[in-house]
Amino acid sequence: MIVRRTTRWLDDRLGASSFARTALDKVFPDHWSFMLGEIALYCFAILVLTGIYLSFFFVPSSRDVVYQGTYAPLRGVGVSEAYASVLRISFEVRAGMVFRQMHHWAAVVFVAAIVLHLCRIFFTGAFRRPREINWIIGITLLLLALLNGFTGYSLPDDLLSGTGLRIAYSIALSIPAVGTWLAFLLFGGEFPAHDIISRLYFIHIFLVPAALAALISIHVALIWHQKHTQFPGPGRTETNVVGSRLWPSYAMKSVALFFAVGAVLGLLGGVAQINPIWLYGPFVPQAVSSPAQPDWYLGWLEGALRLFPNWEIRAFGHTVANPFFPAILLPGITFLLLYLWPFLEQRFTGDRLHHDILDRPRDRPVRTGLGAAALTFYGVLFIAASNDVIAKLFQVSITGVTWMFRILVVVLPPLIGFGVYRFMRGAKLTGAESMLEVPFSAMMRSRPWPDGEALEKSEREEEVRA
Amino acid sequence: MAVAFAVSAVASAGLWVTYWRGGQPQVEGVLIALALGGLAVGLVLWAKDFLPAGGLVEEREPLASTPAERRAFQRDFERGEEYLERRSFLIKMLTVALGALGIAAVFPIRSLGPKPGRSLFRTAWRTGSRVVTEDGRALTAADLPVGGVLTVFPEGRLDADSQTLLIRMDPDEFVPQPGRESWSPAGYVAYSKICTHAGCPVGLYEQGTGRLFCPCHQSVFEARDGAKPTAGPATRPLPQLPLSVDRQGYLRARGDFPEPVGPGFWNRP
Repeated sequence: MIVRRTTRWLDDRLGASSFARTALDKVFPDHWSFMLGEIALYCFAILVLTGIYLSFFFVPSSRDVVYQGTYAPLRGVGVSEAYASVLRISFEVRAGMVFRQMHHWAAVVFVAAIVLHLCRIFFTGAFRRPREINWIIGITLLLLALLNGFTGYSLPDDLLSGTGLRIAYSIALSIPAVGTWLAFLLFGGEFPAHDIISRLYFIHIFLVPAALAALISIHVALIWHQKHTQFPGPGRTETNVVGSRLWPSYAMKSVALFFAVGAVLGLLGGVAQINPIWLYGPFVPQAVSSPAQPDWYLGWLEGALRLFPNWEIRAFGHTVANPFFPAILLPGITFLLLYLWPFLEQRFTGDRLHHDILDRPRDRPVRTGLGAAALTFYGVLFIAASNDVIAKLFQVSITGVTWMFRILVVVLPPLIGFGVYRFMRGAKLTGAESMLEVPFSAMMRSRPWPDGEALEKSEREEEVRA
Repeated sequence: MAVAFAVSAVASAGLWVTYWRGGQPQVEGVLIALALGGLAVGLVLWAKDFLPAGGLVEEREPLASTPAERRAFQRDFERGEEYLERRSFLIKMLTVALGALGIAAVFPIRSLGPKPGRSLFRTAWRTGSRVVTEDGRALTAADLPVGGVLTVFPEGRLDADSQTLLIRMDPDEFVPQPGRESWSPAGYVAYSKICTHAGCPVGLYEQGTGRLFCPCHQSVFEARDGAKPTAGPATRPLPQLPLSVDRQGYLRARGDFPEPVGPGFWNRP
């Protein structure tokens, strides 16, 4: 009754019924991997909710105060207002600790879900025409998520995050031509300048979240408008979507997923300690903690900084400092390639057709092999970010560990990439339904099956004809 | 399903009680997990058991507009464009005005920070600065045992860029750099504590080998040999501060570091 009256009231003014009806009846394809992006979305929702709570208590100021709160070991110690306020959130504000830790865990899971979602899109070819725009938006979302993760964990002004900011300042300094100015403008002077915390705060709670919210809306709206891709299967064609209706099946499952994400983050936030800044201590420029690792999603950059050889360019009275190569050039190339991937692939395969049916990774051995090589590369960098921990754990020299990783990061990606390529090729040629059914001989054959090339060519021709 | 919702309701009630009694992070975490998890389980089971799933087919309409629609758009756009193009001089002036405004909007960025100037080339060390600890105690040549190490600053200044490692070396093991034979009185050697790679404090000193380690990216410097980097990503030695001992026995700097401290930057020669 009430629904009927509201509907009539709204429809008289907006004429929304016809749109709303198509929305309710919209069909979504079923596959578990289509939920990864949704998990990221719900992490974002929880980040916003917990973040609003935290923002009511956090003080973005690096003014010196003497800590007088309830955490006894630090009482009487000179700390910044920002650090003191995070201690207050953790120990004095009721529900502050659980929300702060949920917030941090949500950030960790947010980026993880985005990266897995990206892998799903990549390996199934979901970025192909007509979805290149949404791919670009998605890559931007990843970039913004990384940025907001870094600005967020830098806010408490503790020893670990202060060291991270110190490194960020040095990276900014290393940029050719504009680096010195850029670092001074960003930080408001020579490190440790006092403006940085309040600037990071505004970036973290307004600029980036606003951009994230806007882009997420467009991202979802485009999925809505272009309709979701689906895996090949009986009855599924390029001109239909097979699955379940939004109302009520998907709506209920999606709400359930939101609660499930919240439940996991709540549990982690309550029982799994994260970023215990009271153990790190306040930031002091001449102190440093060891071992020091950033949050996981910056591990690849940290590893690159540790592995990159001691090269630096000095010429004509100028220096291109060492951090530029691993910390500016590498991520620059990484994101450039990510942005350009759909277009590069179109150029190399010549496939510029409209696709609504997904590839299985084995259908595209080259792409899958390249993706596996890239993941291996960043995986080795990620592990190398803990070269000190590894050296200590196995009681070996740090120099030896560093050299091992330097070799691995060059050798392993092509090996793994080629192995995956062969495996996928074998799976494709034998037509195995499950990848586990691929006979070993098919993977190991030094040349593809005699008709392999022909098969691929004829497939491509078919696509062109279609 | 009903059980799951009941668990959720009970857990939520538990949250009220926990909060009211002062809060406890672990309990809150478990209760949040149960409250939200109960809802999630209940809804998933509901969707699975009682709601229709799968098998529905929706047609995809072509995304692209028809050629006629495209042509119509093109025509309408060009019709408007023609009016604008007739005033080509006005268009040029408008471009100039907007460009000038855009450049004007760039200037305020300059307010974000001071001019770097020479600030990266200098630290607070001056000729005659007494060497003091973090809490301001001036050091004499008798204060450190051989093998000892301390973080020191110029008297009266705790500037981050002036942090310096004071190491007392065994004179037999220490090899002064050519031209710097007089910089290390009584075995006291001072190096900038800021790593020349990414600026972290070089916080670890291994007395037995005379090596300095940066804990951030694992650069290694040989303290006995001019703090030259021997492993890791650092490319330059830690700059050395010339020291002397005055008549009262206090350690003093004989000037600033001879080169910029810390990581490289564009206008560093």
